[in-house]
Amino acid sequence: MIFNAFLIAVREIRRNLMRSFLTVIGIVIGVAAVVTMVTLGQGATASIKDQISKMGSNLLILRPGEGWSSWGAPQFMLSDVHAIRDQVPGIAGIAPFVRTNVPAIYQENNRATDVQGTTANYFGIANWKIALGRFYTEEEVNQAAPVCVIGETIRRELFGEGVDPIGCKIRAKSITFEVIGVTAPKGQGGMADDLDDNIITPYTTVQLRLTGRGNGRNINQIMISGIDGYPGANIVADVSSLMRERRGIRSNEQDNFNVFDSQQLADVVSSSTKVMTSLLAWVAGVSLLVGGIGIMNIMLVSVTERTREIGIRLAIGARAREVLLQFLVEAVTLSCIGGIAGIILAYGVCTMLVEEVGAPFIFDLKINIIAFVFSAAIGIVFGFMPARRAARLDPIEALRHE
Amino acid sequence: MTKETLIQLRGLTKTYGTGDAAFHALRGVDLDIRRGEFLAVMGPSGSGKSTLMNLLGCLDSPTSGSYNFKGIEVETLNKDQRSLIRRHALGFIFQGFNLLARTSALENVELPLLYRGYSRKERQDRAREALARVGLVNKERNTPAELSGGQQQRVAIARAIVTNPDTLFADEPTGNLDSKTTHEIMELLDRLNTEQGISIIMVTHEEDVASHAKRIIHVIDGLISENPNHRTATY
Repeated sequence: MIFNAFLIAVREIRRNLMRSFLTVIGIVIGVAAVVTMVTLGQGATASIKDQISKMGSNLLILRPGEGWSSWGAPQFMLSDVHAIRDQVPGIAGIAPFVRTNVPAIYQENNRATDVQGTTANYFGIANWKIALGRFYTEEEVNQAAPVCVIGETIRRELFGEGVDPIGCKIRAKSITFEVIGVTAPKGQGGMADDLDDNIITPYTTVQLRLTGRGNGRNINQIMISGIDGYPGANIVADVSSLMRERRGIRSNEQDNFNVFDSQQLADVVSSSTKVMTSLLAWVAGVSLLVGGIGIMNIMLVSVTERTREIGIRLAIGARAREVLLQFLVEAVTLSCIGGIAGIILAYGVCTMLVEEVGAPFIFDLKINIIAFVFSAAIGIVFGFMPARRAARLDPIEALRHE
Repeated sequence: MTKETLIQLRGLTKTYGTGDAAFHALRGVDLDIRRGEFLAVMGPSGSGKSTLMNLLGCLDSPTSGSYNFKGIEVETLNKDQRSLIRRHALGFIFQGFNLLARTSALENVELPLLYRGYSRKERQDRAREALARVGLVNKERNTPAELSGGQQQRVAIARAIVTNPDTLFADEPTGNLDSKTTHEIMELLDRLNTEQGISIIMVTHEEDVASHAKRIIHVIDGLISENPNHRTATY
């Protein structure tokens, strides 16, 4: 009986292609909007999480100053690094970090870049992989050896293609570095910055030979990685109280340093994207509802227009429930077709926008099933009233209808 | 009631409205129709013949009285049960043909079979066969708009007989046709009646159309009078 009703419904839809198209367009747009919003939202969240994890998973950075302004705030000391390493639990690795922006020169090429000085375990903390050559060793750090590992952007800008940079000498101000390695590219970071535009060298080298400020002072930042699964918030709290103690900050005074927690940032970003996504999905859901009202409208018109047809069907022996089923199935078939078309349209739009947004395309079966079931449900809910009206027609009256 | 009896009406009344506004369309009709009869129902408009046809065709239920169709007390049935009687035992032909527009002749004829749950192939075979019985062989793909009035009525007759009903109800079947086509359609109905033994109950106001019937009844003011002069009113 359902199959028969489906057969009749498909015939009716084919017979009125234009009207059917106009009927479902609301559903198509509604479903497409919902699926697009959720798919792109999930892609954006995933991409932001990915960018943050590129900085190093469980990465915490101790920086001078409160918030984003570090102006005039005291720098850190090497003894801070050691104190944190020895006293704060949950730490997998810790490295001092100094940086200075200077032009780097190789032959006739030069580029102003970030020269970063740190220790050998920094590479593990910040999740760097080597592409060519090697990282420097702890021994080279102790010797303040003039060696460096360069990022992909520096390799491209200074050396170009076809040149093996390993063993070449780069000049930066008064010092000449030997290139011993090239890091694997990380691409864009969480702040849309180029993570590969840097030269990494022992911090001792930077302090002794480049900035001239040393003696275990003037550490710009301290890089910390937490043990997997250990809550970053605990480390933040422990590091903060230790630093307050070491600096003698009174309880009524503000911190003159801050701890950046990549995990926390990832959480904030993904929860705000989630709010945005669900907000837009609600708006799209409303348009789906409007699409459903469109179906009801057209089905009501259709029942009136086809009163005579209903009369014929009743006269040749269709029961009220069969007429009801026919119109209900017709509405549901229409809305399901709209749902499928909407999902297909959403993928067209997504593949187009993915380039634009720069987020990966993540196919989520769940949202597709939800969107489809929802459109079918709209067909049932909004198709029922018109169908019942058709089923209640009197065959004699219906046959007389002009 | 004998085995030969198809329809038996006793004291059948139909009243529309209530109280002062009540209109008595039928005022107590007694009628016996035998299997295989070809009956013409005549009468001026407003006489109640349409009401009688609707009741006989199980499209409506009487206000009082009894209607026995092949041993079934129709007046006790509900809407859906009457639908099933129409589906399994009755065929309808209308003055205005009442075919589905923009639907091929074949699909129109298949329509009653859809409600009987036949397979696609069986539907098409039976519909083709019914079209052949009414003399329309090469028109199965045509829609009503592409057919003449006579051809449309043939499609309607094919739709009515495709389920092999034992009773055919024809409501002014030639009302929209010219005299030549009228003759052809009446010949067809005659053949269905004599060769296939289908009982036909036909409403008409044309004497020569009615003359094809073996028995004529007149409805006047909600009551029936049999024409005593008619040639077959002799059993």
